[in-house]
Amino acid sequence: MSMSAVPHSGFAEAGADLELVGITKRFPGFTAIEDLDLRIPAGSFFALLGPSGCGKTTTLRLIAGLEEPTAGRILIGGKDVTATKAFQRPVNTVFQSYALFPHMTIIENVAFGLKRRKMDNADALAHEALRLVELDHVSSRKPSQLSGGQQQRVALARAIVNRPALLLLDEPLGALDLKLRRQMQIELKAIQDTVGLTFLHVTHDQEEAMTMADTVAVMNKGVIEQMGPPQELYELPHTAFVATFLGQSNLMTGHVVSSSGNSMVVDVAGNRVEVPRERAQRHAGEVVVGVRPEKVTLHGSDPARQSGRNLVGPGRITDVSFSGVSTQYEVTSPDFGVFTVFAQNTSISRMHRDGDEVWMSWDVGHTFGLADEPSMVPVNRFDEDTDTSMIATQRREQLEAELEGA
Amino acid sequence: MAFGAFATSTTAAEPAARRKSPIALLLLLPGLLYLGLFFLVPLVSLVITSLQQPDPVVFGQYENAFRWENYVTVLQQYWPQTLRAFGYAALATLFALLIGFPLAYFIGITLRRWPLLQALALVLVIAPFFISFLLRTIAWKQLFSDEGPIVGFLQALAILPGDAAITGSAFAVVFGLTYNFIPFMTLPIYTSLERLDLRYVEAGGDLYASPPSTFLRVTLPLAAPGIMAGTLLTFIPAAGDYVNASREFLGSTDTAMIGNVIEANFLVLQNFPAAAALSLVLMAAILILVSVYVKRSGTEDLL
Repeated sequence: MSMSAVPHSGFAEAGADLELVGITKRFPGFTAIEDLDLRIPAGSFFALLGPSGCGKTTTLRLIAGLEEPTAGRILIGGKDVTATKAFQRPVNTVFQSYALFPHMTIIENVAFGLKRRKMDNADALAHEALRLVELDHVSSRKPSQLSGGQQQRVALARAIVNRPALLLLDEPLGALDLKLRRQMQIELKAIQDTVGLTFLHVTHDQEEAMTMADTVAVMNKGVIEQMGPPQELYELPHTAFVATFLGQSNLMTGHVVSSSGNSMVVDVAGNRVEVPRERAQRHAGEVVVGVRPEKVTLHGSDPARQSGRNLVGPGRITDVSFSGVSTQYEVTSPDFGVFTVFAQNTSISRMHRDGDEVWMSWDVGHTFGLADEPSMVPVNRFDEDTDTSMIATQRREQLEAELEGA
Repeated sequence: MAFGAFATSTTAAEPAARRKSPIALLLLLPGLLYLGLFFLVPLVSLVITSLQQPDPVVFGQYENAFRWENYVTVLQQYWPQTLRAFGYAALATLFALLIGFPLAYFIGITLRRWPLLQALALVLVIAPFFISFLLRTIAWKQLFSDEGPIVGFLQALAILPGDAAITGSAFAVVFGLTYNFIPFMTLPIYTSLERLDLRYVEAGGDLYASPPSTFLRVTLPLAAPGIMAGTLLTFIPAAGDYVNASREFLGSTDTAMIGNVIEANFLVLQNFPAAAALSLVLMAAILILVSVYVKRSGTEDLL
C-alpha cells in the first residue's frame, strides 16, 4: 500500500517490540494486574483475551500511558517509556467507545494527531488513511452523522494515520453487529498485513482473538494464564480457565495410577484415561485431565477397547441439540458427570437419541492434563448435582412414557 | 432578550419540533399573554416616553411628541457612563470567567470521583444566594472602607498610601460586579464540564496533544456552550447594573454606569424621556453586542 511506501519523518518505520517487566497495578481496594511480564515482538498481531475485569483493559491503558503502573517498567522498541506521558509515546489507541471528537469533522479528527506532530502534509495523509478505510467521501461530516461501523473505521484511520510503533485496540469491534464485525475483522487483519505495525488487540471474544491474532495471551485475574498461537492454545490448554474460556472442554479428575515412558494413566472413577506425558502439566497425585467435545466419538454399544484410544462409559444422553453442521450431545453419568460431545452430521443423521445409553472414545493424543489443583477446579465429577440431573432425566422419561401410553 | 438570541440559534437545528397544532398554540397562550402584557406593552410605553417633550405649561410634565433629539442629547451627555458600563461589564465578565472556569472545572471534573464533595462544592457556589446580594455588597463596602481591615492591612504594608481609599474606585466596582456574578458564570460552565466525556481528553493525549493543547482543542470547545451561557448571564445584567456602582455601595460619581444614570433620571431628576431613551440605548447596545457574539462563536455548531 502507498502508505507504507512513503517514509515520513517521525513515523515508525516498522512496528516496535513491546516489553512489560514486572508490571503491577493496584487500585484502592484491589489489584488489577499482578507482576505481569509480557513481550510482544515487532510486527505481530497480539491478542490479549480475557473476561471483563481480568485486567486486560488496564494493561492496555498502562501501555498507552493513560494509567501509571504501581511497579514495573514498560519498554517500547527497547526504550523505557514508563515515566513518559501518553502524548509522548509512539502509541495510538482505537478506543472501545471510538472517542471521536464530536466538535470536529471526520477529516479534522483523522488529521488531529498529525497536526499535533506538525506534519506539513497532514490533510493529504488523513485523506489517504480515510481512503484506506473507504470513508473519504464522508470526510467533511461530523462523527454523529456516521453509523457505528463507520465511526469505528474512522477511529481506526485516526490511529493508523500516525503510523505508531504500536497500535492498541480496545475491543474496537464490541459495539458492532455480527456481520459488520466479521467484515471488520478481515479488514483489520488486512490493514495489519499492509502497514506492518505491531497490533495489540484486547478482547473478551475468543473467536475474534483466535481468527485475527498470531499470538493470543489468555488473561485471568490480573495474570496471563497461557500464551501462544491460537491453535496451540486450543489444542493444549494448560489451565482449566484456558480450557473452558477458549472453547469448551470436558474435564475429569482422577488419580495417576501409572506413569511410564511417554504416557501416564489416570483413573477417572474406574475408567482408564491415558494422557501423553508431554501433554500433561502434572504427573503425579490427583490431576485434572480433559478433552475437547469435537474430538469425542459416541458409540451406541460398548466398543472393544483399542490401544491409543481412551474409552469412558456408559452414560446416558440427557440433551440433544441439532445445529445444522453438527449435533451437540450432553451425556450424563454418575462416574464422570456431564460430558459434551459435538458430532459432525456426516453419516446417518441423529444416530443417538435422548435417553440412549452411550460410550465415548477419543484419541489418546487429544487428551490434555491441566496444571490446576483438582480442588480448585469445578470439574464434572460425580456429585449431588449430577444425581439431580439424572433424576430429572428419569422423570422426563417417565413423563414421556406416560404421554405415549395415554 | 439575550435568551431569545440564544434560543433561535438552537431551535434552528431542530426543525422537527416546528409543527402547527392547536394544542401547542393553546399551551403557548399564557406565555404569549404574559410576554405581551409585561414586555411588549412596557416596551412600547418606553419608546413613546423616550420621544416625549417637556410640557410647556406645567413643569415636570411631559407630552407625547416625536423628539428623536432626546437620543442625541442623552448620548452626548452620558456617553462616558455608557462606555464605562460596557467596559466594567466586560472586565467583570472576563474576571468572572477566569475565576469561574477553574472553579467549574474543579467541581465538574476533579471532584467527579467524590460525588459528595462535588455536591458540597456546588452548594458552596450557590450559598451566597441565601443572603440578599444588597447585603453582601454592603458587607464588601464595610470590608473595603477606609477604616476597614483591607485598607488598614495594605497601608500597614505600605502598598497603599495613608490617604488611599478603595471604595468609590473603579477597582471596587469591577470587584463587586465580578463577585456578584461568579455563580452565574460558574454554574453553566459546570453543567457542560460535568457531562464532558473524559475519554475525549484521553484521546487527545493519545494523539500526541500535550495537556495544554488538549485543553485548548478538546476541553475548551466542548465546554463552549457553558462558557457562552455563563458570559451572557454575566455580561448582560452587569452592563445594566446600578447597585455596585452607586454611591451607597461600592462606587462614586466617578464610577457611575449607565444604570446609575437611568436610575437618577427616572427617580431623582424625573427626566423620564432621557431615562427611557438611555434604557433603549442600553437594550439596543446589548442586543447588537450579543448577536455579534453569538454569531461569531457559532453556537449552531456546538453539539
